[in-house]
Amino acid sequence: MSTATYAVSDTVTLLRRNLKNNLRYPTSAIAIVGIPVLFLLLFVYVFGGALGTAVAATAHGSTHYVNYVLPGLIIMTAATGSLGASVSTSVDMTEGIIARFRTMAIFRPAILIARVLSSVTQTLTSMALVLGVAVAMGFSATAGLAGWLAAIGLLALTSFALTWLGIAFGLAAKTLDAASNAPFPLILLPFVGSGIVPTRSMPTAVRYFAEYQPFTPIIETLRGLLMGTPIGSNGILAVAWCAGLTAVGFGWAMKAFRRERTA
Amino acid sequence: MITNTASAGSAAGLRRPAAITVTGLRKSYGDQVVLDGIDLNIAAGSVFCLLGPNGAGKTTAVKILSTLTGPDAGQVTIAGHDLAADPDGVRAAIGVTGQFSAVDIYLNAEENLRLMADLHHLDRRTGRQRCAGLIEQFDLGEAGKKPVAAFSGGMKRRLDLAMTLVGSPRIIFLDEPTTGLDPRARRATWQIIRDRVAEGVTIFLTTQYLEEADELADRIAVLDHGRLVAEGTAAELKRRVPGSSIVLSFGTVTALDAAVRTLGGQAIRSDDDLTLQIPGDGSARSVQAVLNRLDTESVENLELRTPELDDVFLALTGQSPAGTSTDSTGTDKEPQA
Repeated sequence: MSTATYAVSDTVTLLRRNLKNNLRYPTSAIAIVGIPVLFLLLFVYVFGGALGTAVAATAHGSTHYVNYVLPGLIIMTAATGSLGASVSTSVDMTEGIIARFRTMAIFRPAILIARVLSSVTQTLTSMALVLGVAVAMGFSATAGLAGWLAAIGLLALTSFALTWLGIAFGLAAKTLDAASNAPFPLILLPFVGSGIVPTRSMPTAVRYFAEYQPFTPIIETLRGLLMGTPIGSNGILAVAWCAGLTAVGFGWAMKAFRRERTA
Repeated sequence: MITNTASAGSAAGLRRPAAITVTGLRKSYGDQVVLDGIDLNIAAGSVFCLLGPNGAGKTTAVKILSTLTGPDAGQVTIAGHDLAADPDGVRAAIGVTGQFSAVDIYLNAEENLRLMADLHHLDRRTGRQRCAGLIEQFDLGEAGKKPVAAFSGGMKRRLDLAMTLVGSPRIIFLDEPTTGLDPRARRATWQIIRDRVAEGVTIFLTTQYLEEADELADRIAVLDHGRLVAEGTAAELKRRVPGSSIVLSFGTVTALDAAVRTLGGQAIRSDDDLTLQIPGDGSARSVQAVLNRLDTESVENLELRTPELDDVFLALTGQSPAGTSTDSTGTDKEPQA
């Protein structure tokens, strides 16, 4: 008897269950959208007056600060989504429902595949909501259809990478608290990058970090795709970072998932 | 003693194929030995109860047999499938209810059951019928649409057990299924277990409650510090501990005094409840001998006391079943995987 026969049906069953959970437990969904929206409002309406002028002077010609800051906050949504994935995974592990699934003759990888699919879906939906708020605040992109499609592809890659990382955090964490704290630095990473202000305005040491951390090329690529700013080598770097983070997150998650079984 | 099921007094244990056989099962966590060479032979359609104090290794045994944890050594065959070679074959035959409710708290009872039906790949109609039947049987109907997060502890355990049954498993592992339940819920759970046994299902039960083992089990094994220290039917285990006695109750201290004078030193007197306990072998003749020497008019009540499973447990493990361990070797806490 092979459980692989049921790969698709088991994945669909668990995916449906996860999506239902996401809807039933809105606290997590609200936080995933809420944190970036809060920063969006804060940066545009509170700091935007001062920052916007400076940024417009050093970066590109756009006078609307929301146009500069949105790519960074969309990427922050990938990080809050990662946090959501970590928490959901940890809840499943600590509630014992995963233990139950493991005693059943199901296609085992379906547990993680369904988690990845549901978390990426949730993150992409959240990104659309953040974008919606930005549009209401006056955001307007210069991108055409191809630009938008490429941007959506980049966001999917980023969400996929950070979701695997979040799942690994959730599987490795012994408690729910640990699972919700560990991914938190990811959320702050866009600040120490080109998310809020251009890196060239930063002191050397910080600037060095900001330019070489993964979020900066991803944000620059997204900004280029949406606003037409130069992308340069950032495109390749962004894809490479996504692939690298996916590999690390996936490998770590697999190890943590197997260890739980034999411990 | 352990593999000798053929001579068991239990009717269910006779001439049935084995549902579970275990040979030389070992498991350690670090340098702490949790299971130190366990052998079991559990007949199909019987209730087997693993009894032991906290930290004896009961949960670890269930985790290994239900494919959640790998053993360090030992051979295990469940429903004809080798645990190491064909874990999915084992999984298809078993149902597991662990110590903590493995339910999805954001779904309602029906959705939880349907989730199980889908994962067991039941067709839509069968799944729906079976879930509806379980909702009724487990009295989960009135709470049907509420998310499980709002359930009481007892209801969660009921749902947990119902979820285990969706796949109609031939072998069910129940790890302390009634811990934390009130007496009524406990009895309801016992009835559910008996109903399954009547359908030919094999039950592997762990418990700290001797009453539960006494009520349900065809065979009981006592696990202590990772070893099986005794195995047999409840009656066989009770026979291992000597000491039947007659307990006489009197209406007045005067009557009690008179009885003590007549019967002499072998009787144990209790002034608190005006009783006298006389050791004996439980035979009718010994009871008659005692009564012949007494003024039976003064005896208000007579009770024959045989050893309880508690006494057996205490004698075998040196501690009371549900109590905390007085052992200081650090083995009283079972590691959580």
